[in-house]
Formats: sequence, structure tokens, C-alpha cells
Amino acid sequence: MAMVKELLRHIFRKPVTLKYPFEKSKPAEGMRGRPIWDMERCVGCELCFRDCPSGAIEMIGRGSEAEFKHHLDRCIFCGRCEEVCPTNAIKMTEDYELASYDRAEMIIDFKRTRNESI
Amino acid sequence: MPYPTIRIPFGPQHPALKEPEYFMFEVEGEYVVDVKPRIGYAHRGIEKAAENRTFIQDLYLIEHACGICSDAHTTCFTQVIEEILGVDIPARAKFIRTIIAELERIHSHSLWVGLAAHEIGFDTLFMYVWRDREIVMDLLELVSGNRVHYAINTLGGVRRDIAPEKSEKIKKGLDVLQERMKYYKEIGETEQTVLKRTAKIGILRPEDALALCAVGPTLRASGIKHDVRADDPYIAYDEIPFEVVTYDECDVLSRLLVRCDEMRESINIIRYALDHLPGGEISVKVPRRVPEGEAVGRVEAPRGELIHYARTNGTTKPERYMLRCPTLGNIPSVCKMLVGGYIADIPIVLAGIDPCFACMDRMAFVDVNKDKRWIWSGEELRKYGINWYQKE
Repeated sequence: MAMVKELLRHIFRKPVTLKYPFEKSKPAEGMRGRPIWDMERCVGCELCFRDCPSGAIEMIGRGSEAEFKHHLDRCIFCGRCEEVCPTNAIKMTEDYELASYDRAEMIIDFKRTRNESI
Repeated sequence: MPYPTIRIPFGPQHPALKEPEYFMFEVEGEYVVDVKPRIGYAHRGIEKAAENRTFIQDLYLIEHACGICSDAHTTCFTQVIEEILGVDIPARAKFIRTIIAELERIHSHSLWVGLAAHEIGFDTLFMYVWRDREIVMDLLELVSGNRVHYAINTLGGVRRDIAPEKSEKIKKGLDVLQERMKYYKEIGETEQTVLKRTAKIGILRPEDALALCAVGPTLRASGIKHDVRADDPYIAYDEIPFEVVTYDECDVLSRLLVRCDEMRESINIIRYALDHLPGGEISVKVPRRVPEGEAVGRVEAPRGELIHYARTNGTTKPERYMLRCPTLGNIPSVCKMLVGGYIADIPIVLAGIDPCFACMDRMAFVDVNKDKRWIWSGEELRKYGINWYQKE
């Protein structure tokens, strides 16, 4: 019966849980969510591809021609790619709602915009 | 006339266990007379996977050995590899590692208090403890960027700094936590529901605890003052004063009180570390190739003493990596605790060691020539050993 006082104090309070997905908790500053590649800055050094512990990064082509496929279903959001990138082309965003029914939707393409006129 | 003993299988899937594990109980009426554990149902092959990855990748793999003591695993991994490399990390990095390790201890112990309350059917306490556990989870997310897999340790230091405004937020959170944890300890000491289910249940005498190599809060609840943080200080524990908590009752209640008091000590350690945080760099650069060598590291994880071993051969990958998790060290003692108790006490006694089977299960036997694979219990292994020597 030692908790009765505590329980009585909470009778008229609102529940502490949030009504997700209508109410969302704000992620803490610097939370590691979905990583994004800035292809303008990428020099294709392969460091992110080589260091990725879970094999979530697929690299197509080499050097400045390289393009990426990011497998969200394999990613463990450790942020190693962001840390190792020499040109700061990779950023971890605060995007955390990444679930999907289809695994094909969880492969994110990062392509280079090619200027055909040159 | 004595009753015949009845064998009751428990697991691998059982409502009282959150993870698959198998125990065979021999019971006489309501009393447990013998327990035979059979481990290996959550084997994931982490050690072999570690040998196929580089040290940088292993850092994140080893972290995923456990979802609750993930920081303890990386602290031990970095300790082992830094010893082989001969790298001394900056003082600020040591303090930040200590702060995260202690925040993790608070989160793990409060998780356990909640689960123990749930096992004895006191779900009100469970809900309230877990609500307050969110405070420490949010602090961990604030400091490291993730609630569970902090990934803050790296070879040669830490990856993120603690800025002064974050330090203030941590202190504010700790003030609330301290009040709440003091209250939960009072509940544990006075509430009849808790006392009736935990006092004088699952007794582990100090001599048995030593003989069976119990570790962590289970050992300290049997009155033995053993804590790797104090006995073999690593990271910044030699510079921070703290008390090793022991209780002499040897039952589940003293395991509860040990954990409550350790949370109080952890809060004091974090406060001290934040106030005395040295300046300077947070990491040093280390080479990707690790020279030939071997090392053993010991860390006091929330559940007890964690041992890592590595052997390197001068490449970017380890030649052998081994983990000994605290739960494995506590399995013989939990069998001892269960013998002589009631069947009804099995769930709370099992939960009393804070078991984490997924981190423990890495032992399986594989015959490479015959491509055959099997798992042995301790008894089978013992018989095999005797037969093998008789043939010689």
C-alpha cells in the first residue's frame, strides 16, 4: 500500500505517453537518423562504402562517377559514414519514420545530375 | 512415503522469459530439487563475424552484442584494442566514457527494477519505474545521438563532446532521477507486495557465490565486495571517488537494494565527472592496422564483470575475438539459488540475476569434417570429457 499516495497524485494528470502518430516527440539535437548524400560534394573516395559495418551502402561506378544506393533496411544508423567522409558530403538527418511494408522502397538512390550539353 | 520427482521443462519459449533459453527442473511436490540449464538458443555467431570485419566495423558489431549494456561492450573492445595498439586516450575522453557508462548503468538497473516488479505481478511499480527511466534514455540520446546504441566510443577516444549546456541538462535530469530512485528504494523496503515475494527468496550464500563465480550485483548482494571499477580501475574510475555497495541478506531483495544504491552511486559519479571534466582533445588518431599481439580487457557492465579477449596478427582484422558476458558467469549461481525454492519463485529468481541470454549465447560445437553441428549442456560436455580421457 506504500504507493497509494503516489497513485492518488496521478489520478487527474494526463497520461505521459504521446498519441503517436498524431503527436510526435521531437528528436534530441544531433540524433542520428537517415543519412543523406550530397552528390555535389562527393568525390567517390569509397571510405563510407568500405567502413559501413552492416553493408548498407552500395556503390556503383568509381571515383567522381560513383553513385550510391543506401539500403535503409540494413542501416544501423551508427553515423560512421558521416564521420569518415573527407568532404562532409554525408549528413545524418533527424528523419526517424522510416518503416515500410516493401523492402524495395527502402533502397534510396543517390544519383549525380549530369549536364548533357557538355 | 516420499513423492517421486517430476521433471518440468521450462523454455525455450516461456512467458516468464523474454529470450529463448531452456531449463529442466526436477521437482518434488512444490520444491525444486535440481536444475539443468541448456544454453545456446540465441546463438548469433558474433565472434566469427568479428573475425571477418575490420576493427572499425567490429566496434559497431560488438556494440550490438547487447541492446542494454551496449556501451560496456564497446568500452571493453576499445580497451583491448587500445592496449594492443599502445595508445593512451585523452583524459577528457576517459571522463566522457565514464559518464556514458554510468548513465547506462542507471538505465539498465532501472529497467531491471521494472522487470522484477513485473515478474512479481506488481505492474504499477513497473509502469512508474519505466516512465522515469525515460529521463535517462533522453539524456543518453542527448549526449550520444541514439537511445540504445550510443556508438560514442571509438578507437582512440570518443566521437562526441559534452558541451556545457548539455552538462547542465544532464544535471537537471539527474536531480529528478535521484528523487525518484530514492522513492523506489523506499517502496522496495516498505511495500509488502515486494517484501513477500523477494525477502528470503533465492538465497545464495557468500561461499557459494565465490565458488560458482557469481559476478556483479548478484555477487555484491551476497556481501562480497567485488567491483571491477574499484578493484582494477579502467577509464576514469581511479580518479572518481565512489562506494562499492554490498548487502548481506543474499536474497532477491538485497539484489534489488544493491541495484537501487548503485543507481545513487552512479548519479554521484556522473555529477563528479561533469564537475571535474578535464579540457583538451576528445580523441587521438589511431592506425587502421593493429600490430600483432593479444590482450584481455575487464569492464564492470551493469550486470557484472565483462571480459573481452582479442588476438591480432598485424592486419586490419582480428584473428580471434572472444566475449564472456556476465550472464554466463551467473548461470551456475542461479541454478544454486533455484534449488530448494518453490516452483512459483522460479521467474523472480531467474530475473534476479538480470539475465541477458542473447549476449551470452555464443557457444556451439561444430564438426567441420562431418559438417555436423550440435549444442551440449554442461553435463554432456563433462561426460564427453571423461569418456575421451578413458579412451586415451
